[in-house]
Amino acid sequence: MFTKEFWQLMGTGTLETLYMVIGSTLFAYIIGLPVGVILVATDDHGITPVKWLNRILGVIVNILRSIPFIILLLWMIPVTRAILGTTLGATATIVPLVASAAPFVARMVESSIKEIDGGVIEAAQSMGATPWQIITRVMLPEAKPSLVINAAIVTTTILGYTAMSGFVGGGGLSTIAINYGYYRYQGDVMSITVVFLVIIVQIFQEIGTRIAKKIDKRNH
Amino acid sequence: MIELKGVSKTYYTKDGPVNACQDINLTIQDGEIFGIIGFSGAGKSTLIRCINLLEKPTSGSVTVDGVELTSPGVDIRGARRNIGMMFQQFNLLMQKTALQNICFPLLISGVKKPEAEKRAQELLELVGIPDKANAYPAQLSGGQKQRVAIARALATRPKILLCDEATSALDPTTTAQILKLLKDLNRQLGITIVIITHEMRVIEEICSRVAIMDDSHIAELGRVDEVFVNPKSAIGKKLIFPEGKNAEFVASGQCLRIVFDGTTAYEPVLGNMMIECGEPCNILYADTKAIDGNAFGQMVVQLPKNETAAKRMRAYLDRKGIKNSVEEFEDVH
Repeated sequence: MFTKEFWQLMGTGTLETLYMVIGSTLFAYIIGLPVGVILVATDDHGITPVKWLNRILGVIVNILRSIPFIILLLWMIPVTRAILGTTLGATATIVPLVASAAPFVARMVESSIKEIDGGVIEAAQSMGATPWQIITRVMLPEAKPSLVINAAIVTTTILGYTAMSGFVGGGGLSTIAINYGYYRYQGDVMSITVVFLVIIVQIFQEIGTRIAKKIDKRNH
Repeated sequence: MIELKGVSKTYYTKDGPVNACQDINLTIQDGEIFGIIGFSGAGKSTLIRCINLLEKPTSGSVTVDGVELTSPGVDIRGARRNIGMMFQQFNLLMQKTALQNICFPLLISGVKKPEAEKRAQELLELVGIPDKANAYPAQLSGGQKQRVAIARALATRPKILLCDEATSALDPTTTAQILKLLKDLNRQLGITIVIITHEMRVIEEICSRVAIMDDSHIAELGRVDEVFVNPKSAIGKKLIFPEGKNAEFVASGQCLRIVFDGTTAYEPVLGNMMIECGEPCNILYADTKAIDGNAFGQMVVQLPKNETAAKRMRAYLDRKGIKNSVEEFEDVH
């Protein structure tokens, strides 16, 4: 049962999972970070209120957030095929993962920035800072520790999503768990993949917490 | 010079419009320390924010150094670099060192980093904490944070400094130190300072003129010594004599009311009077305050039974040019 081939399979699965998680986190932030910033900046009480933009982005984010990932996964199949030419494997899974995680990231970024004391932003305005300067030199640097903590939450959430993608041949540890553990009734394989997933979550969470603590200058 | 003409600010809330400022007319001269005092909710925070247009007035005009900031197309951000501001809660960047905080206004106005850092270090020296350059705000005391905030506000060499309850979060000793620093800066740099506060003490300590705000209006405006000795508005009386003007007198008979109107500096008037007349007297009521090093206020003393001594006392006060009057007080007990 636990042959050399099996451990090789687990090794490949782990790497695929990491590839999916890190890849989709990256793309989710490339989209979600600016959207989150725009949501804060264009808010009625934001630094440059733009009502219509704020409402439209808000609605799009809410719609995507309210679709369960398993549905989004199936619904996105034609889109994924159009982009990559295939719907199987780890890379193909990144497309629905990003679609699901990006709006989540946007909300996380929004909440991190809103944690900043409004007085600091007012102070920057009183010094004649432009909205762009406030975003790049006040909001993002001041929110950095919270952004890092939230990034750890995002990666672990995405890891959870990759499990669902296993059902549609998404690759990674969860595909192994489903193919061996579920379809072939190999409970022990299922258990081992779960242990692997738990360890990965622990590592991501720990890294996030440590970095956030290290860079946060408020607790000296 | 700061000129506010007919400035009003109305907020539209779901409970209807709220007038924070109504028809405010105010001229603040260059180099002056001007105080705006009032209870919470009087509209003073809104008023000070109308000066640098952090709050856009609903109507009226704001002119700073000859530029009407409320007219369309004016470079507000540029104008703000000429108006420093400090806040009750300091509002420092928590993830940046003291030096980086002071560099911030310079960097956003395009000053190169080495030059900004040099200027920031000078400013840290000016505000008396040169050794705190690399400390983060969380490592500083309230007074030190406010010093960093002052340095930051002064970085772009503004002509005007707005202080929004700048000492309200500080203990009395630190408040006195910060006020002294502001006064020194006013003298050294000739910077115009506008202070809003709810503490009379702050006004007495450093302001030359004061506006008393009540219910979104200016209730009274004038030189601090004049307003202090003789507040005309009800709100002014309430602020200046918080427990009511007249204390209970414990004695009856002939009393002497002595009025200090600022002409007497540090001379121990009462002590000298008693020594000169060879007769001690009982102080029944005293409320004097030092404003700008001069004594203001009133004292009521019981005149001695010995009439010659009483006459001598009045003669002494007259000679010193101190206003006094004999009054009859009834025993309240």
